[in-house]
Amino acid sequence: MNLKLTNRGTTLIAAITGELDHHSAEHIIQKLDAEIMKSTTKNLIMDFSKVNFMDSSGIGVVIGRYKKIQRLNGKLFITGINDKISRIFNISGLLKLVPACENIDDAINKM
Amino acid sequence: MNPINEVKLEFISKSSNEAFARVVAAAFVSQIDPNLEELADVKTAVSEAVTNAIIHGYENSSGIVKMECKLYTNAVEITVIDEGKGIEDIEQARQPMYTSRPEMERSGMGFTVMENFMDKVEVVSEAGKGTTVKMYKVFKSVGN
Repeated sequence: MNLKLTNRGTTLIAAITGELDHHSAEHIIQKLDAEIMKSTTKNLIMDFSKVNFMDSSGIGVVIGRYKKIQRLNGKLFITGINDKISRIFNISGLLKLVPACENIDDAINKM
Repeated sequence: MNPINEVKLEFISKSSNEAFARVVAAAFVSQIDPNLEELADVKTAVSEAVTNAIIHGYENSSGIVKMECKLYTNAVEITVIDEGKGIEDIEQARQPMYTSRPEMERSGMGFTVMENFMDKVEVVSEAGKGTTVKMYKVFKSVGN
C-alpha cells in the first residue's frame, strides 16, 4: 500500500495504491490526517483508481475523513472506484453521502 | 457430500496476516477455477472474518486465528476461528453499521459484507471462549 498526496490550491488529493484493508487503513489514516490538519487543506479528493483490493475498512476510512472535511466546511469526493469497490461502498450507503466522480479532474471541476 | 480437498491454517493475530489469509483462501479455491469476481468475493469475505478475529476476538492482543477451507466440486466452505473474547449478542453484532469499536473508525459492515459476498454465513460464539464464523459459497461459473 502506498499513499501519494498532492495539493491543488486548497484541495488535497490522496491517491491510494495497492490493498486497502484494516492493516493498511491505519497507516493511511495517520498520514492523511496529518495533512488534513494543515491550514492549507479545505477539500479532499480520495482516488481509488489504483486500489486493487478493498474490504469494509475502506468505508471507515472514507467516513472518518468525511467528518473531518465537514468540520472544515470543505467537500469530499471519491474518484476512480471500480465495480468491486463501488459494491462495498453501496452496501453501506456511503455513496449517498460522498459523491463519486470518474476521475480527479472531474472532481476538481465540481469543487 | 464429501469435500474434494481441505486445508487448515493457523497464524498469529497480526494485522499483516489479513492479506496472507485471503490470498491463501483465494489460491486454494483457484483449484476449481471460479471466475475472478467470485475469487474477489472470497478474498473480501475472508478479509472481513479474519479482521474481526484480530480486532474484536483478540482486541489486537496476541492469539491464534485458525482458518479451515473445504473445497467441493463447485463450492467452498471457509471457517475462521478465534479463541478470544467472544460475542455476547450475535444478532446485534450482525446488524449493519453496528460496531463495538467506534473509536477505531470501523464501519460496522463486516458481517454485512460477508453475507453479501457469500451464500451462507453462520456465527457461533460464546463470551470468553471465542467465535467461529462459517461461510459457504457456490461458484455459479463452475459446473457440477
